[in-house]
Amino acid sequence: MTEFKLMKGNEAMAEAAILAGCDAYFGYPITPQSEVLEYLAREMPKHNRIVMQAESEVASINMVYGAAGAGFRTMTSSSSPGISLMQEGISYIAGAELPCLIVNVNRAGPGLGTIQPGQGDYFQSTKGGGHGDYRMIVLAPASVQEMADFVYLGFDLAEKYRNPVLMLSDGAIGQMMEKVKFKPYTRPEVDKSGWATTGKPKTRKRNYITSLHILPEKMEEHNRHLEEKFKKIRENEVRFEEYNTADAEFLFVAYGLSARICQKAMDMARQKGIKIGLLRPITLYPYPYQRLNELASQVKLMLSVELNSGQMVEDVRLAVNGKVPVEFYGRMGGMMPTPEEIVHHLETLIQYHHVN
Amino acid sequence: MEQNNNSNPAGKERKVKGKVEIDIQRCKGCELCTTACKEHALTLSDTINIKGYRYILANNEVCTGCVNCALVCPDAVITVYRTHPKKKPVDITPTDIREQLQTIIVPAK
Amino acid sequence: MSIDQHVLPGPEPVLNLPACHREEDEYEMVYHKPATMVDTAMHYCPGCAHSLVHKLIMEVVEEMDIQEQTVGVAPVGCSVFAYDYMDIDMQEAAHGRACAVATGIKRLMPDKYVFTYQGDGDLAAIGIAETLHAINRGENILIVFVNNAVYGMTSGQMAPTTLPGMHTTTSPDGRDVSYYGAPIKVSELMSNLPGSFYVTRQAVHNPNAVRRTKKALQNAFKYQQLHKGTCLVEIIGNCPSNWKMTPVEAAKFIDEEMVKTFPLGDIKVPNAEDLKIF
Repeated sequence: MTEFKLMKGNEAMAEAAILAGCDAYFGYPITPQSEVLEYLAREMPKHNRIVMQAESEVASINMVYGAAGAGFRTMTSSSSPGISLMQEGISYIAGAELPCLIVNVNRAGPGLGTIQPGQGDYFQSTKGGGHGDYRMIVLAPASVQEMADFVYLGFDLAEKYRNPVLMLSDGAIGQMMEKVKFKPYTRPEVDKSGWATTGKPKTRKRNYITSLHILPEKMEEHNRHLEEKFKKIRENEVRFEEYNTADAEFLFVAYGLSARICQKAMDMARQKGIKIGLLRPITLYPYPYQRLNELASQVKLMLSVELNSGQMVEDVRLAVNGKVPVEFYGRMGGMMPTPEEIVHHLETLIQYHHVN
Repeated sequence: MEQNNNSNPAGKERKVKGKVEIDIQRCKGCELCTTACKEHALTLSDTINIKGYRYILANNEVCTGCVNCALVCPDAVITVYRTHPKKKPVDITPTDIREQLQTIIVPAK
Repeated sequence: MSIDQHVLPGPEPVLNLPACHREEDEYEMVYHKPATMVDTAMHYCPGCAHSLVHKLIMEVVEEMDIQEQTVGVAPVGCSVFAYDYMDIDMQEAAHGRACAVATGIKRLMPDKYVFTYQGDGDLAAIGIAETLHAINRGENILIVFVNNAVYGMTSGQMAPTTLPGMHTTTSPDGRDVSYYGAPIKVSELMSNLPGSFYVTRQAVHNPNAVRRTKKALQNAFKYQQLHKGTCLVEIIGNCPSNWKMTPVEAAKFIDEEMVKTFPLGDIKVPNAEDLKIF
């Protein structure tokens, strides 16, 4: 598959899953990502892989737990209300240190919400979502190509760190059609015999998968071990992309769909003479705090643009630590900002902060 | 003869004999085995084990090796032995005489 | 007597010294704790059915020599630590989700023996959807359902299988059927699903019941090789601590009260056609 294909984001992600050697997909239909399950229901059996429509998202994530615990490469996908249902399972997967990929095709909420895209699951994805001290590596694609590429990356990172990885897409990127080229990929060999439950031979002790450590001393030890892991992840896996930041006096910070819109807004603002750049985090956890802190010494104002009521902006403020003003522009309910209104808001803010 | 209310009131030579070994440190004194034993061979001790439970004592004289006790034991602390229907001959000749006898019992040529 | 007189007639010398020989009873071991159990004390209360059922399952695994091919799924409840006692690969599932976890395992490793071990809250309350759908799909797993009519681990609340009038911490005046409904007969309910292959209800409160339960478990494990559907073995167990009875009284309660609501016996058996290969 080395030529470009025109595909929908959800289907590109599904095809990438097959190419990544995903052994099993368990899912449940929900708009706007039912195409993933449908595509895989058609294609996975041709490769002798397992695909199952489970009875709920709760069942899906627990089937992922079982398959991952037995050492297989497995994933699931859903949208915001379904991801809420999976939080218990995700917490268990993180506690038991199982590798898997979970995809959230974010829609606007809260509650049943609407089927239009949103970015209101940022907190849920990066700050926990499920109970307890754990994190997921969160990858935020901004194009159909990235929705495909991040499947390979997600599986590799999940197995490298024995941690669940979340791909936080949204209803627009999942549904839109763009050209995509599937890169050649070989699934790496990972030795899981030290922990996977494949049946106990005489040559080793029994393996068991659990997140229960009833003695507080053991539980704290386990928590510290997880923290060590997240520290390594923060040191090694930060990914982001910068546009026009070399001479930037102002900065957009946006991810996913809003980053696409901000790219256009940035071009429009530049034409008006405003020297603005864009930092697009690719990993929302670990977040590029360091790079934002560096840029805070260079720019006069940062504007976080999101499809929510203000979630990622808190991380930008943390990164910047008061060095420069950090403002927010957001639309909710599935409404998308136009580049014009973003530029207009930027100009208002520049005047307000007297940073011309 | 001593009156004992087991399945062999006449005290005849039993064909099948059993004996049980009880891991008294793991026994929890739940007494499910004492109810299951038809020979009333099991009783609760008056002393306690390291966990603080009274444990089961076995009277192997009347045990028939029926395995009922071990079946109902939740903690699997009972090991049951039963006699084989055949008896096996055991040589208990004192060693010093055995050597002498070896030289005597030789077919005459 | 001369030395020659000690030699007995016949082609071979026969040692005939009754004074130096006796016949001894030859004992053979007829029952021992299975080697597939971890050599450790179990945390269960004295007389608890869980430890007994663990023992029976591990006996079957030992006898069938399938330790290397068996993967178990432990529940949340008193038997959450089952993986500390069964010397096989196991996974700890979230509360109620054992059947979904087992589905994930069995679909990826169809040749392994996969079983779930669940209590009444795990299987019939929070997990009823996962249980029902796993059986409906005919997942080729064994579900061991220990039904003791209370929530044991959390100290004795009402369960979906609590008997009418039974006192628990959340039904202090006895289970009120008009408020909470009647106890669920899981085996009868699930036997209606075409995906169920072998459904039986047994108990472990006396030696004969234990023998029948062991037989049911042996059959259930054997039937997994057929790939013809789910085996559900419901085992009426006791909970002496939360029933506020001694283990012996609890056994009597099962005999007199529990079996009225939950009659013992086979509810669905495979037909002879299916079992021809055995």
